[in-house]
Order: sequence, then C-alpha cells, then structure tokens
Amino acid sequence: MIDLKQLHKSYYTEAISLHVLKGINLHIDAGEYVSVMGASGSGKSTLLNILGILDTYDSGEYYLDGTLMKNLSEKQAAHYRNEMIGFVFQSFNLIGFKNALENVALPLYYKNVSRKKRNIIAMELLEKMGLKDWAYHMPSELSGGQKQRVAIARAMISNPRIILADEPTGALDSQTTVEVMDVLTNLNKQGITTIIVTHEKAVADATNRIIHLKDGMIEYETRKENGVHNAYIHAVQNI
Amino acid sequence: MNDHLQEIFSTLKKNKLRTTLTGLSVSWGIFILIVLLGAGNGLKNGVMSNFSSRAVNRISLWSGTTSIPYNGLKSGRNLHFMEKEISTIHHEVTQSDLITARSDKSQTISYGSEYGTYQVRGVMPAYSEIEKLVIQQGDGRFINQLDINQTNKVIVLDRKIVEVLFKGKPALGQYVKVGQLMFKVIGINSKKEQWGGSNAYIPFSTSQVIFNPDKKFNQIMFTVNGLETKAANERFDEALRNLMGRSLSFDPQDKQALWVNNTQAEYIETMKIFGGITIFVSIIGIFTLIAGIVGVSNIMLVTVKERTREIGIRKAIGAPPSSILKSIILESIIITAIFGYVGLMLGIGVTELVNFLMEQAAAANASSDSMQMSVFKNPTVDIGYAVFATVVLIIAGVLAGYLPARKAVKVHPIEAMREE
Repeated sequence: MIDLKQLHKSYYTEAISLHVLKGINLHIDAGEYVSVMGASGSGKSTLLNILGILDTYDSGEYYLDGTLMKNLSEKQAAHYRNEMIGFVFQSFNLIGFKNALENVALPLYYKNVSRKKRNIIAMELLEKMGLKDWAYHMPSELSGGQKQRVAIARAMISNPRIILADEPTGALDSQTTVEVMDVLTNLNKQGITTIIVTHEKAVADATNRIIHLKDGMIEYETRKENGVHNAYIHAVQNI
Repeated sequence: MNDHLQEIFSTLKKNKLRTTLTGLSVSWGIFILIVLLGAGNGLKNGVMSNFSSRAVNRISLWSGTTSIPYNGLKSGRNLHFMEKEISTIHHEVTQSDLITARSDKSQTISYGSEYGTYQVRGVMPAYSEIEKLVIQQGDGRFINQLDINQTNKVIVLDRKIVEVLFKGKPALGQYVKVGQLMFKVIGINSKKEQWGGSNAYIPFSTSQVIFNPDKKFNQIMFTVNGLETKAANERFDEALRNLMGRSLSFDPQDKQALWVNNTQAEYIETMKIFGGITIFVSIIGIFTLIAGIVGVSNIMLVTVKERTREIGIRKAIGAPPSSILKSIILESIIITAIFGYVGLMLGIGVTELVNFLMEQAAAANASSDSMQMSVFKNPTVDIGYAVFATVVLIIAGVLAGYLPARKAVKVHPIEAMREE
C-alpha cells in the first residue's frame, strides 16, 4: 500500500536549512493500523504530510498503491487526496462558516456529487458518529470531541483507503480521546489503512504497530502481539 | 452550474460585510460614472438643442449706421438693403445656399372680435427651412415662390396667434385683418419662438408693397456650406464685408455699418468647447473607473489572503486548483456584476428622474410665452457606455481575483492551513 525508500526532506529558511527526514524506509500494508510517535521535531508530522501528499519530499521514493508520488501536478495531487486519502487534524480544520453537514459533505462537492446526494451521505455518516442532531450546527457551537468526529466523518465521506490523523486527540480530554479512538479503531476494522501521528502512549497503544521516530529517522518500531506491544527494536537506519 | 453557484452564494452570504464592501465600491464607481456622463450629455444636449432649433450654418446680416467716412461719404449714414443685395449674395457668395430677406412690422391682427399685436414678417420661402419652422400635417403650407411672384395676401400664423384669434375654430382658409388689409390664412407654424413672442409670416414681396414702398429692408439671412473651420469662417466674414461694403458703399472695417451673426462660427467654437468637456468628462470617468478597479482589486486581494487557510483546507480534502480558481473568480464576477448592475440601474434611475423632472418643467414652460432656451436637456447615458464600464469592472474583478487566487492555489495546503 505504502512504500517509502530513502525518503529525505529538508526545510530551508534564509538563515538555516533543517534536515527533517533523513532517509526513511517504511512499508505499510493495506488495512494496517499504525501510529507514529516521537518527540517534537522528530519529523512525524512532516512524514504524515508527505504521506498525505500535502507536502513534497526532496529525494527518495514514495509509492502509494504502486504509483510513485513524485513531481505530481496540483491537479494530480488533488485527485489522490480526494480519491484515496482522508485527513483528520489536531485542530479539526473545519470551515467556520459552514455547518457540520456542509463540512462533511464538502469533499463530495469536488467529486461533482449532487448537493442532495452528498447531503444524504453526509447525514448518514453524522448519524454513525452520533451527531445527527448537530448536523445544522456551526463548528463554533460544537465541543472539541464533536468537531473531531465531524472531521472524521468528512475524512470518511470519500470512502478513502487511507486515513491519516495528525494528533487527532491532541486537543481533547481523556474521555473524548477514548471516544475518538474508538471511532478510528472501528474504521480500521472496516479495512481502512489508518495512520495516526501522536505523542500520547495510550493512543499509540490502541494501534497495532508503533513507529518511533527520532531526529528524522525511524529509531525502532513495535507490533502488537496478543494485545500488547512487544518492545523489540525492529531496525535502526542510516547510522 | 447551479450547484457551483449555490456553493459560491453560500460563501458570499457567510461573508456579508466583505461582500457588501466590495460591492459598494463597484456600485459607487458605476453610479458616479453614469451620473457624470449623464451630466455631460445633458449639458451637450441642452446646448445642441438650442442650435438645432435653427439651421446651424446660418448667417444673419443687419444693416446699420456707418461710423467711418468712406469714399467721400460722411459717417452716420443709415444703410438699408435693397433686393440687389439679395441677388449679389445669391450670385457672388459661392458658399451660400438658402437665402431670405426679412422685414418686420408690428401690426394688429384681428379675426372677428378677437385681435392682438404681433410681429408681421415679410419673408421668402427659404425662411421656413432656415428657421426650421414646423408646419404639421393638416396645418397647411408655408409661403411659396408663387406667393412671392404674385404678391399674394396670404399669411402663416404661429399656433399661439391661432389660439388667441380663432379660439379652437378652424383657421385655415379664413381671412384675418392685418392693419387694414385682409390676408388669407394658409398655414400654421407649431414651432415656438425661442425668445418668446409670436409672429405672422407674409410674402416678402407683399410686405414690401404694403409696408416698405421704398423697397428698403434691413435683414438678410442665408445658409452657407463648406465653412468647416474657424479660419474659413473668418475669411468668409471678411470677404462678405468687402462685398457688402462695395454694394452699400461703406468701409469694410466699419463694424457698425453691417452686423454679421455667423452661427456656423459660433457652432464650431461651441463644438470645440464640447470636445474639451467630453475629454474632461471622459478623463474623470476613466479615473472613476480606475478607482473602482483599484477598490475591487484591493478587496479581492484581502479576500484571498483572508481565505488562505480555508483554501488550504479545501485543497487538503481534495479540491483541485481549477475548482478553487473558478470559485474565487466566479465570486468576483458575481459581486461585480450584481453590484455593478445595481450601480448602473441607480445611475440610470437618477439621470432618468432628472430628465423626467426637466421634461415636466419644460412642458409647464411650453404653455407659457417665456423663453425656451435650455442649457441642460436629456441628461441620460448611452446604455452601451454604461454596459461597457460595467464589463470593464467585471474584467478588473476577474483579474483582481485571479492573480491572488493563483498565488493562493500554489501554496502547499499545509502552509496555507497554518495561516490564521
């Protein structure tokens, strides 16, 4: 599903250049439930943005479903984002002047689905998220957990094959975190490849595979066996 | 398309203040432009209508009193035209076209017990065309050459005189008394005298026999062709003075011996002034448009900047760049088109209202004998100009939206989403 080979990414400012990802090699199979952990500045969000074609990389190769994601035009990138990927952000990124239903339905607008049809689908998803009664409320009227569930519903509406979640519980309390993680876990159980960037151990423990980043490199990864993560070092790259 | 428009309208509706501000700058620009062009047109139409009430290529000559001795003749002589001056102008002034002599006499005109005192003008057939008299269908005819040749006692009356004397009864074919003589009414003129008052017109030959047995008269009017420049008119006036000086024996430099009113020269001068006014109004109009364009561009720039984060979110959920470009440009077109139309309609409404009020005032004036001069008339704008101005603003709105939208579309979604 996802193959990264010697992926490098640097950010350049006038004064300095920052080498954020230093030769990442990673393979994720379809249907996997993965989390990426690491300290601030370890490159986990950058990695997620590249996986989601929200950002570009400098060198190496990124194959998504066998296709090299390199030198894509804006139109091609938009196509992959719309067809294959659903995003969930820490800050929800809902459009403030659209209500919950309109926010959820928006990706289908870009797939030229009729307003009536996309509203029906969006309402079904909101119902699944337990937000039917909040469909016509504006984001400012929703709690953090509700906003995140709306964002997940929006990510789901295009039937993506991958859900990428960047600190999806970062702005939520512990109770709401459990609720949101339940939703994401259920999505994964439906066969959707789910990749979560988090710095919360409890969140990562809910996934089946944890990739630990340090200084732009994969330090080690753990996989869940019999319901618990085995702390074995899988690989240390580029030393 | 309907869905796209709904999406755009929902964005516009959610940003009412921004939409209204953008729209107002467009409306105001178009409104001012229309009113300004209307005012310029009104001024032009007003003055043009004063010219067009008579032939613009008209030259009037009045004989005066000499102020300079000439060829052994002393100053202070009263000069008069004779029929030979008409003939001289007709044959020697190559630019002349229509020509008429004119002699005025104030006379009492009566019909039955009704009477009034009016100017009775002895004129030739060309007078009607030079003065643009209006003899409507069923109102008879003007004086013709046969009337002149046979010194017929026929008369053409201004409508006002007909109303006073005949009180609604038919006038054509009836006889009115002019002084002590009976004249047959052959025509009714509906054109109102610009300076007020009413006239009656009789054949010049008849007038000479009755009122000027010495055959003298003091006014000649004729039209000229081919005098297109101020210089040509000045040369013509000088040649005319020389010609009349020889014929009437006066010094051509003696301005008081012959009064010349060259409408053609006045017309050319006035047209020059209007050329200047048109350029002035156009410049102000262009600057008003530019101000509108800058206003729209500015607000569109701010709009796109303000929406960078939203654009980032839309891109992250799969919006293709063309869709974002299209929506911003369409928003811009919709705002400029709708508000431009509002400004256009308001501007046209104001100019039409002023026109309506002026027509009402003119209608009220028409029933009185007062002066019919106007300096402002029909202050409306050619719809083509108005639509052109609106289209220019719409195009400006498109460009104003396009450039920043293109920039916004090129920003990585992740950077765009970081914008606050």
